[in-house]
This record gives sequence, C-alpha cells and structure tokens, in this order.
Amino acid sequence: MIKQWFAKTAGIALGVVLLAGCEPPTAESTQNGFRGTGMLQLEQPKVREAKVAANQAPAASPALPATPPYAKDVYQNVQVLGDLGVGQFTRLMAAMTQWVAPEEGCNYCHVTGNLASDDIYTKVVSRRMLQMTQHINANWNDHVGETGVTCYTCHRGNNVPAEIWFEDPGPRSAAKAGWRDNQNTPAPVAAMASLPYDSLSRYLLGDEEIRVIGNTALPSTNTSSIKATEGTYSLMMHMSDALGVNCTFCHNTRAMADWTQSTPQRVTAWYGIEMARDLNVDYLDPLQPVYPEHRLGSLGDAPKANCATCHQGVNKPLYGAAMVKDFPSLTVEAGSSAMGQLSSDAAAAVATSEAVDRQDAEGT
Amino acid sequence: MAVNEYQNIFTRVQVTGPAEEGIELPKGIWERQGTPFFSYWLGKIGDAQVGPFYLGTFGLLSLAFGLTAFEIIGFNMWASVNWNPIEFVRQLFWLALEPPAAEHGLSIPPLNEGGWWLLAGFFLTISIVLWWFRMYRRARQLGLGTHTAWAFAAAIWLYLVLGFIRPVLMGSWSEAVPFGVFPHLDWTAAFSLRYGNLFYNPFHMLSIAFLYGSVLLFAMHGATILATARYGAEREIEQIVDRGTGSERAALFWRWTMGFNASMESIHRWAWWFAVLCPLTGGIGILLTGTVVDNWYLWAVKHGVAPAYPAMLPATADPLMGAN
Repeated sequence: MIKQWFAKTAGIALGVVLLAGCEPPTAESTQNGFRGTGMLQLEQPKVREAKVAANQAPAASPALPATPPYAKDVYQNVQVLGDLGVGQFTRLMAAMTQWVAPEEGCNYCHVTGNLASDDIYTKVVSRRMLQMTQHINANWNDHVGETGVTCYTCHRGNNVPAEIWFEDPGPRSAAKAGWRDNQNTPAPVAAMASLPYDSLSRYLLGDEEIRVIGNTALPSTNTSSIKATEGTYSLMMHMSDALGVNCTFCHNTRAMADWTQSTPQRVTAWYGIEMARDLNVDYLDPLQPVYPEHRLGSLGDAPKANCATCHQGVNKPLYGAAMVKDFPSLTVEAGSSAMGQLSSDAAAAVATSEAVDRQDAEGT
Repeated sequence: MAVNEYQNIFTRVQVTGPAEEGIELPKGIWERQGTPFFSYWLGKIGDAQVGPFYLGTFGLLSLAFGLTAFEIIGFNMWASVNWNPIEFVRQLFWLALEPPAAEHGLSIPPLNEGGWWLLAGFFLTISIVLWWFRMYRRARQLGLGTHTAWAFAAAIWLYLVLGFIRPVLMGSWSEAVPFGVFPHLDWTAAFSLRYGNLFYNPFHMLSIAFLYGSVLLFAMHGATILATARYGAEREIEQIVDRGTGSERAALFWRWTMGFNASMESIHRWAWWFAVLCPLTGGIGILLTGTVVDNWYLWAVKHGVAPAYPAMLPATADPLMGAN
C-alpha cells in the first residue's frame, strides 16, 4: 500500500514538475492567412501588456512656427538644422536631450560654454544620426511608411540604443582542429540556435544573397548550398526575434519563397533589410574613426543597426506611434556637411547598383 | 496482480538459475568473453543475465574504427571551444564537426577546414560496414536467417545517401550532414527549406508513413501479445491450430475489430517491412533532392499534389520584380 501511495505521489509530482516548464494556456491567436495553413500569431496577454508598457512614445511639446530668426543665423556651426526657426531648433534640441541623454543633458554632446564646438565625439555622431533620420524618413517610405522614425525609435532614453550589433568573431577555437565554419555554438543573433552567428555581417552589412530557394521545380541555375541556407535561416531567426513574430507573420511556410502566398508584411520586411544595409554601409559603419575605443566592438568595428534596434520585440516600433509628425524637420534631407555630401554620392551608387540588380533579376 | 503472475511463463517474475553459456562455438580464434552475472534491474527490462559476449574479428575492428571516428568528432568539438572542459559540456549539444565549405567541392580539403570531417566519416563508415558483417556472421553461425543484418543494411543505405552518395552526385562534400546534435537538426531544416519543403517529396511522405506505421504496428502487436499472455499466447505457433487459445483470441480480436487480422507469422513480416521501408524510401527521397528535383513545392504544384488556397490577403508581389 505504502509503495503504491509513494508511486502515485511521485507520479503526480513529476507531472507537476514537467508542466511547470509550459506556458499557461492563455495565448491568444490571430489568424493572418487562409484557414488550415497554420498562418497565425500567438501572444500571451501578459507578455503583450508588458511590451505595450515598455514601448510608449513620449509626448511632444507644442509645435512652434518657422519664423526668423533662423538657427543658422543665431548659432554657429549648424550644419543640418540651420533652416529651423530658433524656437523650433531649441525645441528639437530639448526633445533630443530627452530622447538620448535625459540624465546627462546638453553637455552629453556640447562643450560647456561653446555650443558650436565639435570637440565631443557624440556631437559629430548625433549630427550624422540626424542626417540618417532625415534620410530614412525621406527615402525609406517603403519601410517606415508615414509613421517615420525619430531618435527615440532606437534610443528610448539611452545614450546608445539597447539593441545594436558588432561583428561577431565567435568563440575562440584551437589552432589545428575544431573549425566551426562560423556556426555550431549558441548564436545570440539566431535565438541561440547552432546556426551561423555572423549572419548580420553577411546580410545587413555585406550583400550576400539571401534568396536560396530555387524558383523552378527541376534543377536549373540555382546553386545555393545548404550552408548558405543556414545563413539565411539565421537572419530570419533574428528578424523573428526582433519583431516578436513567427515565420508565418510574413511567409506561408509551405512555400517560403513564394511571394504571392506571402503577407504584405514580407514586402515591408524586404525593404527593411535593404534599409538596414543602406544605413550600416552609409551611415553607421563609416563613423568608426569618430568613436572612442570603448564604443567599438571586439574587432574594432562601429556599432551598427539591425531589425531589433528599432523594433525591440514589436512588429511596429512603439506600436506604430507616429512621433515624427511632430518634428517635420526630421522628414526632409537637409544639410551640406562633407559627410552629407559623401552620403548622397554613396546613395547614388547604391541606387545604381540596385537598378543593376533589378535588371539581373528580371533577366533570369 | 503479482499474486498469480508466477503461474504464467510470460511473466515479469525473475527466476534465476545457473547462467546460460550458450551452444558450443565452432573452432576459431575467438572465445566468448566475460563471466556471466545477473542484474536485478536489467531483469526489469530484459534478461537478467549479462554476458558472455562474443566480440570477434569484425566486432573488434568495428569498435576500433568506430572509436577513432568518435574521438575525431569529440576532440574537434572540444577544440572548437579551445579545449575548455566547462564550455565543452555546456555547449555539447551545439557543437559539431562540420563538413567542408562548398568551394572545396569533392576535393580533399585542409584538415581543419573539413578534412577532419572527411576522416571521421571514412572511419565511421568502415566501422558501420564491419558491424554489418559481424551481424550477418553472428546470425549465420547461430543458424539464423539474416533478417536483422538486412534491416540494418536499410539504415546504412540512408546513412550512405546522406553522407556519401548524394554529396558525390551533387559534386560537393558540403552538401553532407555535420556530426553534431543541434547542427544536424539545423541541417535538416535548412535542407527542407533549400529544396522548397521536403513534405512535398513523395518519398518523404512514404518514409513518414512507414515510420508512423511502424509505431502503430509495434503498439498493436505488443498490446495484442501482452493482452493474450494470460492464455499463453507467446507460444504462438503451438497454439495456432487450436481453438480457444491465446493466439486464436488475438486473431479474433482484430478480425472482429477491423474485419481482418494478420497471422502470427505475417505480423512479423509487416513489422519488418514497415521498419525497413522507412529508411529505404527516405533514402530515395533524399537522393532525388537537388539531383533531379530542386523545389519540391513547385514539383507538387506541377503534378497536382499541392492545393491552391483562395486569396485572403492583399496581393503580394516580389519587390524585385514588381512596380519598381
């Protein structure tokens, strides 16, 4: 009898322990495809509540008119926002302080008593970031839509956005054995899978081919390898993680490659990949010489952006709060600095190469 | 329950007597190894007697080659965490010995860029093939049929397709599977993704049918024999001609349940073929992937296998092909 009692108790205890690893059965599912295709998104209400609370946009102060005197006439060394009225200019500076350096204040970027000085690196970086913000809002409508971005989209009150990335050299291996081909260790970028850990460098800085699935039933020109597929898979895991969604948010998983069966969000995401690469190549990576050493990665590279930098676990950053409508100066490309000039040249080069790519794609 | 279980020959009661040494071996260089002993806990799941064990030439060589492969894989995994024993244990399921990169094709790559993988695969294959010969010879020497050896050969076929035949046909060792727990699962997922969804591969379908079918048959047969054990149904063949025996009741149960029943002989052929066909068809499915079919989903559309679903979302077009 005692033996049976013991067995029953042990059985129940084991069951409780095993079930403790499960999520509560309160997840809500949202269907986003034809029934039976498994296209749905699952979310725990409690998780969503926490995410909503953590992704609130701060209120903007009342807008001011664009009346003279202009910032460029009052202040020196105003390269990007010179055409703003002084009131508008000060309002944006105050907002930026709140967004990026709420504790440190103006002196996080400005030399005390000499606002015009570029002696602090953060001022040079923030000028470039202003240009980047304008560039995104002016040229990447396909990804950011009318919602747009502000400094707060990434910074959220932090000097450095919480989600940035550096090139990942992976764990150190021995000399004569243990070659891992950039994978086979828990990869933070790929939700701790054993997939390649350097996929961001390959696809969001470099432009390695992401499309690996052939578009003909029988073998033709597609020679993508399984290893290349693992790289794409790693990038997709990053996107899924960064947006807090699963594969079926964009894909019908029975035919991952087929655009006609995909959701419209896949197109937005596609432009997102292009945009992230554009920003990393033209804006973020070239800032490398400006940063002090402690801001650089273990390989000495500049901090860069990926999907999580803005999205932070939400498919629309800040749940779609359109902050930029309160700051119209962030929606047009302005400025005449050397770096600004450099960037428009680079953008032209990117545009040309994209056109070539497009022709290639149409040719096949 | 245990009160009258001892009265049944088909029983969990452990009865121990002198150890069973087995029949005389024909003259040869090898003896059976080890003094037999009894283990109560092994007796819970099988025969309580452990040993003696026959190793033989093939067995010894197979273990030697197998151990070599195991060491190459293990030491490469350990080297990949720079000989750190703690990281080796922590990351063990993530670690792997990776096949060469695609650019090496079928050439022999440098040792630390896939050469170790090639060596490990070579030794492991020799080990497995030697073990097959050992299995075949053990069966023959006991005067048995060679069904077990041929079932094992079916598994070897799948192994060779994955690691040797298909990579050779594709012209690259990089197509093969890494040696590692999670990495081989990632490989499997990437393989299906790359070739447009393996679930549309009819041989994959067959393989799954035989896999799940094996499970079903195993459950049906195991349950039937346990359920009729109280009538001594394990003595299948003796009972087969008599009325009212456990065997007859087993047969009647299934005939009355689904109108048809396997015979005591045929159920074992069913089981053997289902098990063997699982890796045989699976191997064919892998072999055709990439060699003659590049996208199984599109193949299935072409042949009317994959249904079309009504559009539910706004039309989506490839931005590379679209309005731009």
